[in-house]
Amino acid sequence: MSALAHVPTGSGQPASPPPTARSGRYRLLPYLLLLPGAAWLFLFFALPLVQLAAASLYDPNGTLSTGYAMTWAFGNYPAALQTYWPQFSRSFLYAGIALVLALLMGYPLAYAIAQKAGRWKNLLLVCVIAPMFTSFLVRTLAWKTILSDNGWVVGLLRDVHLLGPDGRLLATPIAVVLGLTYNFLPFLVLPLYASLERLDHRLLEASSDLYASPLKTFRRVTLPLSMPGLIAGTLLFFIPATGDYINAELLGTPNQYMIGNVIDSAFLVRLDYPQGAALSFLLMSAILAVVFVYLRRAGTEEVL
Amino acid sequence: MSRVFRWFARHWVMGVAMLVLGYLFLPIAVVGALSFNRPSNRLSYDFHEFTLDNWRNPCATSDMCDAVVRSVQIGFIATVAATALGTLMAFALVRHRFRGRSGLNVLIFLPMATPELVMGTSLLALFVAGAVPLGFWTIVIAHVMFCLSFVVVTVKARLTGMDRRLEEAAMDLYASEWQTFRRITLPLVLPGIVAAALLAFSLSFDDFIITNFNSGTTVTFPMYVWGAAQRGIPPQVNVIGTAMFAIALLLVLASMLRGRRARRAAIAVPVPRATSRS
Repeated sequence: MSALAHVPTGSGQPASPPPTARSGRYRLLPYLLLLPGAAWLFLFFALPLVQLAAASLYDPNGTLSTGYAMTWAFGNYPAALQTYWPQFSRSFLYAGIALVLALLMGYPLAYAIAQKAGRWKNLLLVCVIAPMFTSFLVRTLAWKTILSDNGWVVGLLRDVHLLGPDGRLLATPIAVVLGLTYNFLPFLVLPLYASLERLDHRLLEASSDLYASPLKTFRRVTLPLSMPGLIAGTLLFFIPATGDYINAELLGTPNQYMIGNVIDSAFLVRLDYPQGAALSFLLMSAILAVVFVYLRRAGTEEVL
Repeated sequence: MSRVFRWFARHWVMGVAMLVLGYLFLPIAVVGALSFNRPSNRLSYDFHEFTLDNWRNPCATSDMCDAVVRSVQIGFIATVAATALGTLMAFALVRHRFRGRSGLNVLIFLPMATPELVMGTSLLALFVAGAVPLGFWTIVIAHVMFCLSFVVVTVKARLTGMDRRLEEAAMDLYASEWQTFRRITLPLVLPGIVAAALLAFSLSFDDFIITNFNSGTTVTFPMYVWGAAQRGIPPQVNVIGTAMFAIALLLVLASMLRGRRARRAAIAVPVPRATSRS
């Protein structure tokens, strides 16, 4: 038997089937490779979601110590939404504002690294990721120092009268949105960079050769070509930002609490599992709905 | 002055980019500065007085160091498990066509698109329903789960970009399948696997939300910081933050430097002779 006979070619799909003696093993191999990981994801990702859905329909009068009865209490959903509508809508509002801010900052950053940085490209890219090496919580606490009432940022803003003499940033919605923007900005920049990096510079030159203004070049060439990265980046930013509660907790007050704060306390403080599960599920459904509408409008074919 | 102005007019995108990078680094600078701070009181976040004490004795608050050690242990176990499982999956997905492939791709993609909050609460609901005691091992299970997808994606990217002809050449030269894998495939995929492992470790080490729901009374470093935020943050927390930043940055810069040297060495090989020999 020649050695060439069982050379797997292409992307694993043998052009000519391997010898029959081996084909049994070949057919089973991918499943064996996949089994442990897929089982893990099924057991600890998919199954828990089913359990969460079940928990959201438990009798709301049960307690953790006495146990919950399954009563298909669909009323948990409207009840939870009614009580926590302010926090629920605030999550999407804050994440939305933070997303707009992040786009305004992230697009120029991604563009500069991809198209203008030349040989500094890799170093600048490391600079985008590097802040994430320090713990998320430690960085968010650092914002507490930066935005504190006697810090230089607040002092400067008071001096130029952008803030009143006893105006403050910490414990306001501004601080929470700023924190959200900061914490998830790299998730927006990286996919955006990836698609801007593939952008052929000659297309931009061609556009300006044809007398397009820089603005028009951006609108008609750069922006459409960076759409896949823009869509991926937007989702990678928006999904965790909506579910975040660390920024609201550390930089805000209960007046800025987002739905995450409520879910956290439902599960860990009030031990009201049916309500916490209902809110968790509502959050996920709402995010999925937003993502779905967004992808329909932005065009899915580039992403999925 | 006008020259500076003209430079900015031409390079304003770069200027904005630098400002944004400044925004990204501002908290790091503050964490670094606060690591040398002697705070005026427990609940103060302001810079009060310079001192080296925090660096000299980072374990002054011993429960913090316990938490760091626990985070490293969890991160290590979760990284090894997630990297092993994820690498196998990546090989199957890139190298084989089989039934249920697209469904599996969805199963791998979903954890990355699900809010951490939902993953954390759903796992808690499952553990409670199954009466599983929360602690070290439930944290490990959760971490392997959310790191797995990232490992698969990272290794997959490396595998997809690999030149299959190198393996075919090895087998043409009568290398067995195992030899080909050991000598050709593995070394070529290894950078992807290492990158995936580093990513998994940093994800695990830094995770708060999922850990918070599945830890019971076990305290990891992020959970320690969270608890301390209410009681007053010891300045040693900033030492850990700064040290983590420095170690990770050194690792990345070293690998970048190595990559550059390797590329230079590759260019230095006299090309004509190398081709004539084949």
